[in-house]
This record gives sequence, structure tokens and C-alpha cells, in this order.
Amino acid sequence: MRRLPKTLVLGGIITVIMIGAALLSRFWTPADPTGMNIMARLKAPGEVGLLGTDQIGRDVLSIIMSGAWTSLGIASTATLVGGGIGTVFGVMAAAKGGWVERLVMTFNGVLFAFPPILSAILLGALLGPGAVTSMVAIGVFMIPVFARVTRAAAIQIWARDYVKAARMAGKQDTLITLEHVLPNISAQLIVQLAIQTGLGILSEAGLSFLGMGVSPPTPSWGRMLSESQTYLSSAPHLVLAPGLAIAITVLGLNLLGDGLRDLTDPRRRQTT
Amino acid sequence: MLLASLVIFLLIEAAPGDPAEIMLGTSAQPDTLAALRAELGLDRPLMVRYAHWLGGVMTGDLGQSYTYGVAVTELIAQRFTVTLPLTLMATMLAVTVSLPLGVMAAARPGKAGDGLATVFSQIGIAVPNFWIGLLLILGFAVKVRWFPPGGFPGLEAGFGAALGALVLPSIALAIPQAAVLTRVTRAAVIEVTNEDFVRTARAKGLSRRRALWRHTVPNALLPVVTMLGLQIPFLISGAVLVENVFSLPGIGTLAYQALSQRDLIVVQNVVLLFVAIVLVVNAGTDALYARLDPRLRGRR
Repeated sequence: MRRLPKTLVLGGIITVIMIGAALLSRFWTPADPTGMNIMARLKAPGEVGLLGTDQIGRDVLSIIMSGAWTSLGIASTATLVGGGIGTVFGVMAAAKGGWVERLVMTFNGVLFAFPPILSAILLGALLGPGAVTSMVAIGVFMIPVFARVTRAAAIQIWARDYVKAARMAGKQDTLITLEHVLPNISAQLIVQLAIQTGLGILSEAGLSFLGMGVSPPTPSWGRMLSESQTYLSSAPHLVLAPGLAIAITVLGLNLLGDGLRDLTDPRRRQTT
Repeated sequence: MLLASLVIFLLIEAAPGDPAEIMLGTSAQPDTLAALRAELGLDRPLMVRYAHWLGGVMTGDLGQSYTYGVAVTELIAQRFTVTLPLTLMATMLAVTVSLPLGVMAAARPGKAGDGLATVFSQIGIAVPNFWIGLLLILGFAVKVRWFPPGGFPGLEAGFGAALGALVLPSIALAIPQAAVLTRVTRAAVIEVTNEDFVRTARAKGLSRRRALWRHTVPNALLPVVTMLGLQIPFLISGAVLVENVFSLPGIGTLAYQALSQRDLIVVQNVVLLFVAIVLVVNAGTDALYARLDPRLRGRR
């Protein structure tokens, strides 16, 4: 039996644990993530709860678990929607070429110049902060990323003999794209999905850190970090826990993406 | 660039909030508000305002900030003296760390150096730069007090003091960049090492080290330069966050503060500036790419 790449196994385990924690938080957390207890404020890990309490006595582990739902939910939705739109643009550019391709690539160039933080600043002016602003800002950035990857991969498929034969036989571009191109590039798209979701989590955390993400009392890792700044010396656990949660989740998704790439394209194993 | 400017202008125009009301306050008389609107040109048609703004961008007249009461150009120029050295220091640091680390990893794949580089790049990519910033403050400003925890004394306080204030922020900004560049350098060097011309150079008797530095590394720089260009949007996003962590009065902080104060003319111009930087750097990267790889010149 073929051995799975170590990165895939490790990344898969981390991702499953984080998704599991996010799902579990919908039904159960050790304490109420929004429940204040001023008498038990800024308690160290182990003293009250596994990861201690925050500045208003909320259980840090419970907020981290609920924050996983917020982070993963926003990042994966934005990546799926933005990635989906980008994929459509990418396959269109590869299939049609000519002015369609030039138009798509110009549009991509413009979108790519708007990193999530800038989009969020612009959208924040229009819509105000919130989950929708975060999702749109992250999603908009995913469009050119996926369009580029999809176009590059799809062009290679369009150059294959059986695709050329299908075209010469009179098969429509849309059908060729659906039957031949997309199935052949799906592995690359899944790899991108994993890696870009990680980037989405980093962006969501950044936006929440700046106060442009989800509004309180919805738990968020980025806002936890922002609030922890005041208690850096007195309660360092408030800085460590959410930062580690973000880093471990993104690391898991990146390893998963790398592992999937190694699995689907073993030639790249040495270089990545 | 024109398309991007139109997008920015329309989004800001659609945003709620009357600039005249922001400048004069909600208790201002309707006729005073109307007079200020006319003075600011807000009563003119949309496309006239857009053309006027574009004209201003060309001549360096970006209008007056609603809340600071000074010219936006002056405001941006003032804040640029923080953001520019910060991003340059971070980029230099990232390149200085990543190139040797990536080459070292690729020179001996599977050995300890390679493992170190791989772990560094995986962790560096996953860790948010604003968290690194907080950890650096905790370690080097709160615990051992080697560097200030935040703020920028300005160049008038002396070069050393200004540089000292930017050390921790630039490290925070550089680590994720260095991680990405290490990964790309390693992959590029391994790929070029397997090329025929490197094998020929080795067969002709060139030592491994000489072949690496003379033939492999120069040819592996292409994807590294591309990635450096592609990293600019992330560098800008990172700068906004890191400036916030370290309370640096840079352009990122300006954009963020302007948004919270509904000073939309500042937001509009800062976003345009950042977008222009990304587009110009990307175009510059393409040009540099062609210079580094003569094979690409014929394709243009």
C-alpha cells in the first residue's frame, strides 16, 4: 500500500482537530464563552479552567473553541465563494483565450492590488465592520489567486491531444471544461483551497484584530489578541492562547495542502 | 490603475456620511453645510468629481483632510517617513535571512540545515505578524527592555532612536516574508541544480560550491524576485497591522484612524497609494524578470 506523505497525515490530524473543536463549540464548551465572572478575572491557566480566564473572567478555552467556528467559518466561506468565482474566470480565460483572457487577467491584476486589509478598509467605509465585510474582503482577494492557478493549469489540459480531438469533433468549450478540464485540475484546486483557507484565517484574524471583523460578543481570535495588549505583562496567557490557535490551524491547513500536493504530484515532493 | 481608481472612488462615494457634516459637526446650520459642500465641490456631478480627483492625483493635490485640517498630500508624506523605512527594513531583513537559509537547505536536501529551513518556513508562514509583534514586545520591551514597546520618536530624536523604534516592528513584519522567500529559494535552487547546464559545469570539474554560487543561485533568483513582488500586498497588509501593534504613526495607522473618524478623503487616497504601489512593483518585477532572464525578452 502506498504510504501517505507525513505532511498530509500531520496536517490532516491538526485540521480535523480544529474543525472538530469548532463543531463541538456549537453544542458544548467547558464554560459559557460570553459569560463574565469579574471575581475570576485574569486567572492563569490551570487556576481557573484549562487555559485560564480573560480580563472579564471569561473562560479562555471556551472562547478559543467558539473562535474556531468564527474563524474557520468566515475563512472557508470566503475562500469557497471567492475561489469558485476565480475558478470560473480561470477556466473561461483558458478556454476562450484572446480578449476574454486579456479582460480576465486585467481584472485579476486590479483585484490582486487590493489585499484583504485594504478591501476591508474600503468596505468598512461602506458597510461598517462585521462578518460580511470580512468575508467579502477575503473573498475578493481569493478571486485573482484562484483565477491565476486555474488558468495556468487549464491551459495545460487544453493543450492535450484528447482535448484538441474533442474540440475538433465539435464538442462545446463548456462541455470540454466540465468533462475534461475541471476533473483534471481538481487536485490542484483542492490543494489551493487548503492553503488559501489558511491565508483566509490569517486575514480574518488580522481584520478582527483591527476591529473590522465580527462584532462583540461573537468570539474571535483576532479580537482576543487585540484585547490582550493591555495585559501583556500581567496575563501573557491571553496573548499566547489565541496566537497559538491561529498558528496551529494555519500550519495544519498548509501541511494538508502540501501533503495533498505531494500525493497528487510526487515529482514536486523534492522541491516543496 | 484607472480601473482601480474608479472602484475606490465609487466605493467611497457610496459610503454613508457627509464630509461637510464631519467637518462642521451635526449642529451646523443647513446653509453653512451647503456652502461648505459647494466649496469642497461636493455639489458637482459624480464624474466631474472623479475627474477632479484624478487631476488632483496627477498634480499632487489630494484635497484637505476632513478631520486633521491639513492637506492629504502633506499628511501622507509625513506618515511615509515611518512606513517606508519600516517596510524597507523588513524586506532587507527577510532577504538577508531567507536567501542563505534557502540556499543552504537546497545545497544539502534532507540534512539538518534543510530541516531547520523547512520548519522555519512552515511556522513563519502560519504565524500572524501582529502576534509575532506582541511576543516581541513581551520578550524584548516588557521583560528585558532592550527596545521601546511602541511609538516613533521621529528622525529629529536622532537616527539611533528612530531606528531602535523600528527594529521590533520590522522583525515582526519580516518573519512571514522570510518564511515564504526561504521556501521559494529552496525550491528554485533544487530545481536549477537538476538542470543540464549545472550538471555540465560540475562535469567540467567545477566544485559543488562554485557551481552553486556561480551557476545555480543566479539562475534560481527569478522565482525569488517574482515572489518578492507578489509579497507586496501582504507586506502592505502586514504594515497596517504591525503599525497598529507598535502604535507607529505610519500610513497604515493613518488609513485605519481615518476610517474610524470617517475621514473618507484620506481613506480614498491612502488606498489608492497602496494599490498604486502594488501595481508599480508588479510591473517593476516583470521588467526585472525580463532583465534577469534574457530568454523572456523576445516574448514581449
